[in-house]
Amino acid sequence: MQLTSLSAARQIALLRAGEASSVELTQAYLDQIASHDGKVGAFLRIDPERAIAAARKIDERRTAGESLGCLAGVPVAVKDILAERGERTTCASRMLEEFRAPYDSTVVARLKAADAVLLGRTNMDEFAMGGATENSAFQPTRNPWDLSRSPGGSSGGAAAAVAAGMAPLSIGTDTGGSIRQPAGMCGVVGMKPTYGRVSRYGLIAFASSLDQVGPLARSVEDVALLYEAIAGPDSRDSTCLPNEVLPVGAKLHQPLEGLRVGYAKEHFAEGLDSEVASAVQQALAQYESLGAKLVEVSLPHSRYAVATYYVIAPCEASSNLARYDGIHYGYRADQTKLVAELAAKKKSLEAAGDRHAAENLDTPLVRLYCKSRSEALGPEVKRRIMLGTYALSSGYYEAYYLKALKVRRLLRQDFDQVFDQVDVLAGPVTSSPALKIGSMKDDPLAMYLVDLFTVSANLTGIPALSLPCGRTTAGLPIGLQLQAPPLEEERLLRAARMYEQATDWQTEAPPL
Amino acid sequence: MALTTEEVEKVALLSRLQFTPQELASLTAELGKIVGYVDLLGEVDTTGVEPMAHAIELLNVTQDDQTRSSLTREEALANAPKQNGEGYLVPAVLGD
Repeated sequence: MQLTSLSAARQIALLRAGEASSVELTQAYLDQIASHDGKVGAFLRIDPERAIAAARKIDERRTAGESLGCLAGVPVAVKDILAERGERTTCASRMLEEFRAPYDSTVVARLKAADAVLLGRTNMDEFAMGGATENSAFQPTRNPWDLSRSPGGSSGGAAAAVAAGMAPLSIGTDTGGSIRQPAGMCGVVGMKPTYGRVSRYGLIAFASSLDQVGPLARSVEDVALLYEAIAGPDSRDSTCLPNEVLPVGAKLHQPLEGLRVGYAKEHFAEGLDSEVASAVQQALAQYESLGAKLVEVSLPHSRYAVATYYVIAPCEASSNLARYDGIHYGYRADQTKLVAELAAKKKSLEAAGDRHAAENLDTPLVRLYCKSRSEALGPEVKRRIMLGTYALSSGYYEAYYLKALKVRRLLRQDFDQVFDQVDVLAGPVTSSPALKIGSMKDDPLAMYLVDLFTVSANLTGIPALSLPCGRTTAGLPIGLQLQAPPLEEERLLRAARMYEQATDWQTEAPPL
Repeated sequence: MALTTEEVEKVALLSRLQFTPQELASLTAELGKIVGYVDLLGEVDTTGVEPMAHAIELLNVTQDDQTRSSLTREEALANAPKQNGEGYLVPAVLGD
């Protein structure tokens, strides 16, 4: 029996029963990483000694009969966007390459309190901006199912690590689909909880009204376990919801009686890959055969979702990323060089008789901001800062930002009306399976349109989950997205489990 | 709507970013394309619709005004690229 092929739930049971130790389990994952991650590139950093030491300590405490946390002894991979005291947290950016967080994010603190073993940090698109993990400043991540393809993004490292059996549980973040999209493309389960379910304290901000932390794993049950370990009120994040999160427990495995599953006609429009469409149709039929009622619904504003998102997210990003100034922390450009450059420029302008331009040159401080940011941020991050700054600039604010906020409400109203008729909404996660690495590099707009089905859950704040529902003829995973009304994570997880129990997509592992 | 290079240059300054002339040219084209796409929002009738700034609209969240320990000066300065143990060091802000 290979420990790494078991679910986290099963591993926890074995650890409790004394049939396996955390050191064994952690070592088994470190071995998997050693044999596969050279090809996949899911992890930015691992610290085997530290992981083994933590595992040993948990084993000792267990032997001593101490009461342990809910994830005791199980390894968890963390996306490199959540602060951990004293440790590097880079956001896959040159800007934060040497940054060491001065405090623990709430999510990391809760993982520690749950006695999870922190295995390492996973790769991502720089500052979580992207859908292919190609915008990482450090390395690309490859899809374990086909190494010539991307794992999706931005939590591509998180999804690939789980898919390749290099971690049983993995923390991702989702601003426009960044958990669900890579989960779908890597054939694993990923959930974006209701906005505010999981504290954002210590999460490096991208778009604060959309960002949400969530779990990825190989099964719905494991996703539920990890979700319950990290979710719940936190006084350190004023947007974190006050509602307690109750463990779903054994109810998870009970099918939902009289479940009404909606599907939106807009999700099956032109542009949807035929294999994806047919796998999702079959999933709907599966629900029907399990006793669910299928209802066709409409989301009339869904065609505006991507446009709305690509106004709101860049606006929030341009404001959030203003903190990277080369002064307080992060990368700083060479000051001596830029002062000399400015002096030379001034001299040449004066020599040319252009006194006005000479007087209007940047001050050394402004130039330091500009240079530090330009040298350390990648092209996609700059593009979004520019887009957001443009949309927020005087004369455009109403036409773009304010307009987008209004359409956002209309979108939410669409979903509220849908959830008057159905319990969950089912559909595709993305319009196609995993893409070839680099295929969207020169077309940012095409890359943005990949987010078509996922951004609405962020804009409206509702919980959404992606789970495997098929494979293309080329063997690439296909994901099914389920969405539920705010705070209905339990319904979402149970509906997902219902489908999972009837299928066996999650049991297959990629051919590494 | 097409963007001009001058507009993009202005936005670059507001963004505190610098671009080479080549980057500026490709950025102008890309941003123009993206802005052209988001102009789709103009189609939507939003008369009388209240803007929605947050997904979950909470009432004001307040906390008792209690003193708690926070980062020490040393911790707060630890990641600064340039500091002197008391504060962040920056280039001269006023003219020489």
